[in-house]
Amino acid sequence: MATIYVDDRPYEVDPGKNLLEECLSKGLDLPYFCWHPALGSVGACRQCAVKQYRDENDRRGRIVMACMTPAMDGARFSIRDKDAAQFRAGIIELLMSNHPHDCPVCDEGGECHLQDMTVMTGHNYRGYRFGKRTFTNQQLGPFINHEMNRCITCYRCVRYYRDYAGGKDLDAFASHNHVYFGRHEDGALENEFSGNLVEICPTGVFTDKTLKEHYTRKWDLQTAPSVCAHCSLGCNTIAGERYGQLRRVLNRYNAEVNGYFLCDRGRFGYDFVNGDKRLRQPLLGEGGEARPASATEALERGSSLLGRESRVIGIGSPRASLESNFALRTLVGARNFFSGMAAGEDHLVARMLRVLRGGRVRTPSLREVESADAVFILGEDVTQTAPLLALAVRQAVKQAPRKEAMGLRIPRWDDAALREVMQQDKGPLYIATTGETRLDEVAAASCRGAPDDVARLGFAVARALDETAPEVDGLSGGERELAEAIAGALRAAERPVVVSGSGSGSEAVIDAAAQVARALGRERPADLCFAAAESNSFGLGLLNAMNTSEAFQRVADGHVDTVVVLENDLYRRAPRAAVDALLASVRVVALDHSTSGTTAGAALALPAGAFAEAEGTVVSNEGRAQRFYQVYVPQGETRPAWRWLHDLARAAGRAELSTLGSPDALLAALARAVPVFAPLPGGLPAASFRVNGEKVPRQSPRASGRTAIQADVSVHEPKPPGDPDSPLAFTMEGYPQQPPSALITRFWAPGWNSVQSLNKFQSEVGGALTGGDPGVRLLEPGSDGDGAYTADIPAAFERRDGEVLVVPLYHIFGSDELSAAAPAVAQRSPGPYAALNPGDARRLGVQDGEYVEIELDGAAYQLPARLMASMTAGVLGVPMGVGSVRGLDVPAWSPCRRV
Amino acid sequence: MANGSSMDKPLTGDLRSDGAVLDLAAYEKAGGYEALRRVIKEMTPADVLKEITDSRLRGRGGAGFPTGQKWSFVPMGENAPTPKYLVANADEMEPGTFKDRMLLEGNPHLLIEGMILAAYTIQATDGYIFLRWAYKLAAERIVRALAEARDKGYLGKNILGSDYSFELDLHTSAGRYMCGEETGLLNALEGKRANPRAKPPFPQVSGLWGKPTIVQNVETLCNIAPILRNGAQWYLGLSRSEDGGTKLYGVSGKVKRPGAWELPLGTTIREILERRARGMQDGHQFRGVLPGGASTDFLVEEHLDTKMDYGSVQAAGSRLGTGLMVVLDDKTSVVGMVLNLERFFAQESCGWCTPCRDGLPWTARILQGLLEGRGRPGDLERLEMQTRMMGPGNTFCALAPGAMEPLQSALKYFREDFEKLIPSVLSHEISC
Amino acid sequence: MLTEQERERIRAEATHYDYPQAACVEALKIVQEGHRWVSDEHLKEVAGLLDMSPEALDSVATFYNLIFRKPVGENVILLCDSVSCWILGYENICAHLKTRLGVELGETTADGKFTLLPMACLGTCDRGPAMMVGSDLHRNLDNEKVDEILGRYRQTPEA
Ligand SMILES: Cc1cc2nc3c(=O)[nH]c(=O)nc-3n(C[C@H](O)[C@H](O)[C@H](O)COP(=O)(O)O)c2cc1C
Ligand code: SF4
Ligand code: FES
Repeated sequence: MATIYVDDRPYEVDPGKNLLEECLSKGLDLPYFCWHPALGSVGACRQCAVKQYRDENDRRGRIVMACMTPAMDGARFSIRDKDAAQFRAGIIELLMSNHPHDCPVCDEGGECHLQDMTVMTGHNYRGYRFGKRTFTNQQLGPFINHEMNRCITCYRCVRYYRDYAGGKDLDAFASHNHVYFGRHEDGALENEFSGNLVEICPTGVFTDKTLKEHYTRKWDLQTAPSVCAHCSLGCNTIAGERYGQLRRVLNRYNAEVNGYFLCDRGRFGYDFVNGDKRLRQPLLGEGGEARPASATEALERGSSLLGRESRVIGIGSPRASLESNFALRTLVGARNFFSGMAAGEDHLVARMLRVLRGGRVRTPSLREVESADAVFILGEDVTQTAPLLALAVRQAVKQAPRKEAMGLRIPRWDDAALREVMQQDKGPLYIATTGETRLDEVAAASCRGAPDDVARLGFAVARALDETAPEVDGLSGGERELAEAIAGALRAAERPVVVSGSGSGSEAVIDAAAQVARALGRERPADLCFAAAESNSFGLGLLNAMNTSEAFQRVADGHVDTVVVLENDLYRRAPRAAVDALLASVRVVALDHSTSGTTAGAALALPAGAFAEAEGTVVSNEGRAQRFYQVYVPQGETRPAWRWLHDLARAAGRAELSTLGSPDALLAALARAVPVFAPLPGGLPAASFRVNGEKVPRQSPRASGRTAIQADVSVHEPKPPGDPDSPLAFTMEGYPQQPPSALITRFWAPGWNSVQSLNKFQSEVGGALTGGDPGVRLLEPGSDGDGAYTADIPAAFERRDGEVLVVPLYHIFGSDELSAAAPAVAQRSPGPYAALNPGDARRLGVQDGEYVEIELDGAAYQLPARLMASMTAGVLGVPMGVGSVRGLDVPAWSPCRRV
Repeated sequence: MANGSSMDKPLTGDLRSDGAVLDLAAYEKAGGYEALRRVIKEMTPADVLKEITDSRLRGRGGAGFPTGQKWSFVPMGENAPTPKYLVANADEMEPGTFKDRMLLEGNPHLLIEGMILAAYTIQATDGYIFLRWAYKLAAERIVRALAEARDKGYLGKNILGSDYSFELDLHTSAGRYMCGEETGLLNALEGKRANPRAKPPFPQVSGLWGKPTIVQNVETLCNIAPILRNGAQWYLGLSRSEDGGTKLYGVSGKVKRPGAWELPLGTTIREILERRARGMQDGHQFRGVLPGGASTDFLVEEHLDTKMDYGSVQAAGSRLGTGLMVVLDDKTSVVGMVLNLERFFAQESCGWCTPCRDGLPWTARILQGLLEGRGRPGDLERLEMQTRMMGPGNTFCALAPGAMEPLQSALKYFREDFEKLIPSVLSHEISC
Repeated sequence: MLTEQERERIRAEATHYDYPQAACVEALKIVQEGHRWVSDEHLKEVAGLLDMSPEALDSVATFYNLIFRKPVGENVILLCDSVSCWILGYENICAHLKTRLGVELGETTADGKFTLLPMACLGTCDRGPAMMVGSDLHRNLDNEKVDEILGRYRQTPEA
């Protein structure tokens, strides 16, 4: 710690930080542009000028840039100094000399960092009287709108996109006051994290194109804290609504999870909530036809389907909340509750949980992955299945070289200087997967193989780390060498992380990853990060239910009259024929937010609220339980699934559930029923929680048109809906200041309308939110699983004549069911294909683009061949969830022929 | 040892009057590479460093930093990072400056020998001559000289049989004033945009590709071999100032005999203007002079007896800069000349920092407005404010502060020329 | 398409450095030697050879004054517009050149023979006004001298 003086007041600061971040951490306002907490300093914009004095007798001082000045012990500064203040106002005036005066039509207006800083500096009269330079804009694809005239040349976009996110197709062009930021030519931005440009850019150059489709000002959005529904990482988001439509998703900072960033799937995938496939009214299925019905009618039908005498089972869902799943479980009884995951997926999740609860390993947060200095990825294409984990790994590879560079006494925040010393050096990242991955470009080595071979490499690494681990037979010299190299890098690291997941579909791969982590974790638990498939896969896994195949078996055995399917399209879980048969043989009550094959075949389909229309809790891959809140009360008969289930239980006279009418009640019951959830009720703010006796408002104090918003329906101001289920209010009334971190509905502070106001919510810049980051970790290293080495090592993969091993591949845009229904994401989704090795293609006699046929579970799939040299001979990859490719149980052997 | 002229003109004494280049044989005949032979055999890097420091050689590229001191910041010894680099700054793009061209075209071996010696001192293994694109003839001659030096064992592996090796290559730029700024130059060499870098860390610690690097002006480097050949004392004796050596001075503008000459450091402006450049052209009166290139403050009549050395020019309110003067005469518009300069700087701004990128075009537009009869009250105050906004320390590199020097001094010495261009408040209001 | 020889030269340049990007300006100049300017297609080709994205290469290409990203004529005239030449009559020479060539600064003559560009100080201030045509430097210009120089380049057939 050091003491510095700012305007003659002493402050305790960290001398390893720069003055700008320390000022912001202490609550002092100082304008800035080119600096960003995640990107460090480069000193380009000259906005953060302050006076620095040699000592207390120095009255003149000199202007320095706070972002480039270390907060050194004894240093004396002034923010208020007249010269410095004039200089800062002068910089704004210069920036405004080319900036259009178009705030009223600019999408950034009202949440613009430039607006805020302009006001902060006091610049208000334009001295520049000459013409402004103008640019043409580019078409950057479905996510990002480009309006270059608004650029103030802070360089944050390229520094984020290129240096932080590893993007290649955005750069700075030309020079002097013509510097242009964009692509080399029109086209969709390729990087998976391009959406963060919306928040990184301090003005309206890069804005959310999906928001533009149904534009609303920030202050008019009704917003609530949410959790991303599109993969297992549980990134925190803020979802905003107006007029019954979900308008956009922004990042919600959580230091331990997503920090400042989201992936494009998470940011732009929300639009399925507004989709035309939404189920808005109950449907009664009769003889293959479906008829819309009222809620009363629907509950009547439900009570007859679920009557006491009928034998009912429930199929839950890894994309539905704990509350809804537990409500279903309570409704049907634990012995009749199934997880909704296919058998394969269910086994993988169970395996991962057993490992994580078994000691010697611990599950790291994304923040911890970011600070790893060696990473070994086994079998998981994280960019496609758990995107933000890939962004974290991209930061991790900078750790080792950065540490070395800091040896030259360059401070950590001095971004450009560190990058100069680091050049293209990368810390150790090793990747073993079936298909090529976007992270290969930053890996020290990456290798390809069938899942069994990927697993064998893992087991070999474990053996190289610890001689007591079982040996792997029949390794080649090259494999042995690679294993030694990986083991060496992991052993040498201070914070190694092993990454794997269910993406490969292989339990052996998970075991192998566990083996490596166990071998590393002999002294203290080693970090092992597993990606799962869906937002609540781990939550479902912890419920310890039977899987979907078992449900199908139960039905086939003839012991079932009614199946309640919760937010789940069974066609994505099982082969088409099996689902067809099930729907034909029993009566199905399906609850979902959108229509699907399952709702179409149901006797009763009930419109469930999507994530923004309901409240609930999900458990991320880190084992972190987090709550998302209802953003708005949806139109029509849509209700949260847990409420439908509760209402159904009442109607059907099933008493077990009928007392559990709120998320809090459900969680409390869950905590009693399943011990692992015990910390939940205390860890998440209950509905009765109040700040200073008040609720937290979902609307900003500036929301406009409150009295007129429904004037087209009625001229009487309607009573705003109440919210008995959460501490949030559907109005602008309530606690006007900062709520506890779990209840942050928007980032705003006086004078800070943009997302940069975040610094007011953090304990220190880049640190935890004030009062701690939200979420409850349910998985800590323990002993209730098994931590021993397994000797169950698969034999090396051998290709077969006439058959291929079909393995799953993933796409960030396309593989996830929900986001794929958002138009912008759908545009970026590939079509179905079959990836195969050129040698295999030659043997089959197919060229790139020609069709091959495979056969799985009795169903044939015809797919265009995509020749990829990285595919192992004898292995064929298909993109999961894309087009007709769903419900596959892979890896599996299949015949393969040319069509 | 060389003839008399090279004893008092170590840089240009041997240049041929017909403009042809000194080839290796001619250079050796004039004593070339003697210093290298001696140094490599008899002197340690520390010995050389001491000699250079004692000679009080200061940088000739504009900033005037003491050369020996700069070299002393390079990490030495077993644990020093490798490789280390030496770069000759031959970008010479400062308007009004044409001295390095003379040396490069006339005697490339003088630079090469100086570079080998400098590299030896800091134990650099690789070097580049960063040459501006327009110097085609110089490029040809450097390439040939490099080949000659390599053939003779002066360059490359195990120089003159020692265990010291140094590779030296020519790199030509693609045109940008910022390439001359030493950190911009490093970025340009790396194949990047020539934006400057923040200091610290200084290039001596983290330069080219993050390795220790010395960047030195051509003229500076051309002094190294003569100093090591004849000694620091001799070098100090050449000067009429407290810093050592001679300096290339030059004059352009409406003088009778524009050109460049090597003279003792500290020769007065008057002597250079009147004795060397032979005074103003007929019908033209002297009004002022930019003493050291486009980015130095104007000096006027009263300063003519100022010595052209680092301290004296500074005391007079300007900078020695490159030492090449641009003369302003009474027939030339002051505002027009300043506009020309500011346009140059605005055009050459790299676009990295705000004051420079957006302040210079605005400055140029105000000046242009004045000349086009669209001046307004307040314009001069606005110009003055720009000179403060772009003062030293306020911008990322020295380009914009340099750009402000001629403007601020013109506003001081020639204010009436500006004021004349501002219509009175009344007529302006009416015309609106 | 670049010729095989050009590709080879670019690859060779790249081997001089630890990072191929360092050769990128050199590579663009090789393109210009053969094609006068750098088209989008050439840019992409060079980017591929140097393991850079087209964006990264174009970012550098558009920074420098003498990398041409638009077509230029057979002879590029770079007329010094810096201070000493300006004092010595740049504006006259410029006006004369524009009339003779029938183009404005930045334009190419209809016959594709000349492109007229302003250029920062050519480092020959004692002998201004000055200009370069291709790689030849011409100094102490006046109108007659300009006419004579233009005449010479008009006659020479393209190399
Ligand atoms: C905008 C700008 C342009 C410069 N151009 C040159 C140049 O063309 N040649 C040069 O030697 N120094 C130039 N300098 C100075 C260099 O940054 C650096 O100080 C010099 O090369 C160091 O060498 P010296 O110590 O031998 O003078 C320039 C500086 C700035 C700020
Ligand atoms: S350059 Fe700029 S913002 Fe940027 S923060 Fe500093 S000086 Fe400061
Ligand atoms: S000003 Fe023209 S050559 Fe220097």
